[in-house]
Amino acid sequence: MYEELLLTILLTSVPLVLAATGELVAEKSGVLNLGVEGMMLMGAVAAFGAALTFGNPYIGMIAGGLSGMVTAAVFGLFALGLATNQVATGLALTIFGTGLSGLIGAPLVGKAIDGLAVIEIPILSSLPLIGVAFQLDFMAYLSIAIVALVSYLLTKTRAGLILRATGINHDSAHALGYNVLAVRWMAVLFGGFMAGLAGAYLPLVLTPHWAEGMTAGRGWIALALVVFASWMPWRVVIGAILFGGITIMQLAGQARGWSIQPQFLSMLPYLATIIVLVSISRRGGVLHKAPAHLGRIFYPTR
Amino acid sequence: MKSIQFGKWLASSLIAAVAALGMTSQAQAEAMKVGFVYLTNPGDHGWTYAHEMGRQQVEAHFGDKVVTTYVENVPEGPDATRVIRELAKQGNQMIFTTSFGYMDPTLKVSKEFPEVKFDHITGYKRSPNMATGNIRFYEGRYVQGVVAGLMTKSNKIGYLGAFPIPEVIQGINAFAQGLRSVNQDAEISVVWVNSWYDPVKESDAAKVLIAEGADILAQHTDSPAMLQTAEKAGALGFGQSSDMHEFAPNAQLFASVNNWGPYYINQIEKAMDGSWSTGEGPDHWAGNTWKGIGEDYLVLTEFKNMPADVAAAAQAARDGIADGSLVIFKGPMKDNKGNVILKDGEALDDGGLWAMNYYVDGVQGQIPN
Repeated sequence: MYEELLLTILLTSVPLVLAATGELVAEKSGVLNLGVEGMMLMGAVAAFGAALTFGNPYIGMIAGGLSGMVTAAVFGLFALGLATNQVATGLALTIFGTGLSGLIGAPLVGKAIDGLAVIEIPILSSLPLIGVAFQLDFMAYLSIAIVALVSYLLTKTRAGLILRATGINHDSAHALGYNVLAVRWMAVLFGGFMAGLAGAYLPLVLTPHWAEGMTAGRGWIALALVVFASWMPWRVVIGAILFGGITIMQLAGQARGWSIQPQFLSMLPYLATIIVLVSISRRGGVLHKAPAHLGRIFYPTR
Repeated sequence: MKSIQFGKWLASSLIAAVAALGMTSQAQAEAMKVGFVYLTNPGDHGWTYAHEMGRQQVEAHFGDKVVTTYVENVPEGPDATRVIRELAKQGNQMIFTTSFGYMDPTLKVSKEFPEVKFDHITGYKRSPNMATGNIRFYEGRYVQGVVAGLMTKSNKIGYLGAFPIPEVIQGINAFAQGLRSVNQDAEISVVWVNSWYDPVKESDAAKVLIAEGADILAQHTDSPAMLQTAEKAGALGFGQSSDMHEFAPNAQLFASVNNWGPYYINQIEKAMDGSWSTGEGPDHWAGNTWKGIGEDYLVLTEFKNMPADVAAAAQAARDGIADGSLVIFKGPMKDNKGNVILKDGEALDDGGLWAMNYYVDGVQGQIPN
């Protein structure tokens, strides 16, 4: 029974990990893209459409990522190309993505697909309790691999250093000869790809159908997780599992007849986020960890 | 599973885009104009989808005598007032507002446009030109309970609720009455999702209930996610609002389908011949029109994935409700704490149905308040 609950917690946190890791990279480069929800939905609809058309969920996965990336490119055109306000552009992207995904997804409603298959890792998957962590699907393993890669690239490589530099002070990075806009474009497109994958995870694994607005706010939770993780990739994983854990435990608590108000239990994940945020910032950490030029518009000077 | 061509999909998307620009079908000179306000979009495959099916029945029934217009994704609140007023201004002679939260906006606009006929779905407030209509959804849930009671092996039934409002409580209690009519040992475990529509959370709740030992699931939320989860886990369940058979061919026992077509057609016909009225007496939850299985306002899909004797019991319960010989809430009836609600020979009236603030015997826990 506990294994099944743990498995549910892990599965429900995968899209959060994917989307938050992508957004983390974009924010590290200094771009705040609030359009995660819209990009996720575009990823979800493309993934479902492609998986249905080609009968292969892995093609759906790639289509989802690319669709999220194309949606992010729309954001890039405005926020980077035309130097529009990032907050307003990101919000517009969410509205745009929600509407467009509903429109192109209309003929897909009411259809079902076979989702991604479970890949059991020999030996490890037969361990008691934690064995469930090795009975997941390809995308779940991929999400952990990407977190490891992002963590390594950001902290241990020159490319990561340049990316962080553009986020901390884009004028300095520019003066040193780095192409700030090119770096940010890559970060935004990566963020879009990851949000697309996150969206794709819903119809490919969690609920194998397409429905308008099926992400139901998970893009916003991913955004909050980036701050929760104070821009550190591995903390995103911890935060996502914590969030998923509280969500699932409140449902399990109800099923077991704990006499606590469900409204209160539903509130718990958000309460936990706030408590962690407060405790981090009291140590004087969180605000210093935010990229200094996050959300600031860059005008190249000569 | 039917697969669609990619090109066809793209083409139909473009057509949908063009259609969305002008949603009113072609106007006829003396055709009656009827407007519909939708909470979400027909893509929910649930509540709004059922209303859209009803609107299409209206178009098919009246042909060019009626012109319909609909507005999707209208939030319950000030936006609704604006949309309803706009529909009235555009010359719609009759406007159906299809969600509970449109009650006050509809009432407000009904006073501004006394010559327009307003028809509000699932509310209880009326005015001289505002009627109300509803479906006895709970009747289908009694039949679900009968099937669940006969099919369960673990005697644990999982039930997903959206919000603890009277309509949902009615459903849970009706389900329990059906359940206990055939199985004294089975218990219902209710999990509140706190959303009408959040597929991932609905699926999570279903997984949790299955992990806790439930082998039959029922839902009062809108997406097919629960049934898909049941299908994957080898559990069984019931579809909600529309037939969800395609999502769970081996798991759906049957679905209770909201059939709004007859109501809409009936009301429009009455408006045409002048007999439309908003009823007598005090405001009441039940509204002017509150019909169910007997009048085909609630339709049960084919009984599947169950032995013939269970299907026969379900059919008998359905027919009993339809002809009135089976009364769902009748004495002796106790709440789940042992208090007597109805003595032998008593039955709940419609007012009592809307005043339920207790779980009947067979439901675990208590209603959150």
